[in-house]
Amino acid sequence: MTDVVAQAHVGDVPRLNEPTVGDYVALLKPRVMSLVVFTALVGMVAAPGSLHPVLGFIALTMIAVGAGASGALNMWYDADIDARMARTAARPIPRGHVTAGEALCFGTILSVGSVLVLGLLVNWVAGALLALTIAFYVFVYTMWLKRRTPQNIVIGGAAGAFPPMVGWAAVTGSVSLESVLLFLIIFFWTPPHFWALALYRCRDYERVGVPMLPVVSGAHETRRQILLYSLLLVPLAVTPYFVGLGGITYLVTSLILGAVFLALALNVRRVTEGREGDAAAKKLFTFSIFYLFALYAVLLGEHLVKGLAG
Amino acid sequence: MAGHGDSRQGEVPEVAGEEARRRQRMRSWAIAGILFFLVVVFYAATIVRLGGNVMNRPL
Repeated sequence: MTDVVAQAHVGDVPRLNEPTVGDYVALLKPRVMSLVVFTALVGMVAAPGSLHPVLGFIALTMIAVGAGASGALNMWYDADIDARMARTAARPIPRGHVTAGEALCFGTILSVGSVLVLGLLVNWVAGALLALTIAFYVFVYTMWLKRRTPQNIVIGGAAGAFPPMVGWAAVTGSVSLESVLLFLIIFFWTPPHFWALALYRCRDYERVGVPMLPVVSGAHETRRQILLYSLLLVPLAVTPYFVGLGGITYLVTSLILGAVFLALALNVRRVTEGREGDAAAKKLFTFSIFYLFALYAVLLGEHLVKGLAG
Repeated sequence: MAGHGDSRQGEVPEVAGEEARRRQRMRSWAIAGILFFLVVVFYAATIVRLGGNVMNRPL
């Protein structure tokens, strides 16, 4: 195992173990996948019109597979740095369970397959958006931005924001203001969410040379930018109510949770030293996950209730 | 660009024999399951998309 880690810095890890099915599942980043499925489901349920449940199931499955495929391609490309970061060292490639070539092959087949099946069986707007999501995550974020600029997760965050748009397009066959709003909420949520994590994990990123904002511009600037993006995010998250996408429950939830989000972002800006500083960043990171989940869950609930009542 | 070699030089399997074969068998079953799932998906989607038109054609 030590040999595997020693070789991992060049991403050239031989396969030491016969891979299990679980290793291939791990390549798909199932936790990220579950968030993608959830936000895509909200996009589908909130979209006007209807989609046959069988086609809806196929659309969700293909969106999940496409997201997983881009995760596998990300692990293929980043195998060298994954092996040197505590958070990612146990992934299948650095552990020597799956070779980089196998991950590349697996990710490519699933990417092409998911886009084709979604396009053929549901519609080609959704298929094209899924292709864009995968391409954005692999080429723009992983290959181009991640190792080059501290703005990596700002621009690259778009990849994580596309799924509700894909879900929406699966139902309507189009892109609309409402689906762009669902995209923008995740897009502006990503920087404060990831930078809060990076504030207390920046040593890992520094060691492998990934220019996360705290590494390049320092913690002070990162805390300032977290607050700036939070100030953009919170009002934006309220707007679904004003375009008829969210109801009164959504308005109240987004206002209350938005106020808490801002308070925590302010706390991150104010408490900068030692363990208290780390704790403030951790609190914002944890809450940010709940915040996004709650906003989307309320939207989902409102539209399900509306669907049942109407 | 990251290194993406696929070298197997000096490979020393940590699991061999029966366990390796069991893992291989499980992977084969998983692939079979995925292929079966795809068949069902295409069949179901075809029926859903064609709907009643399946019967509405000259014989």
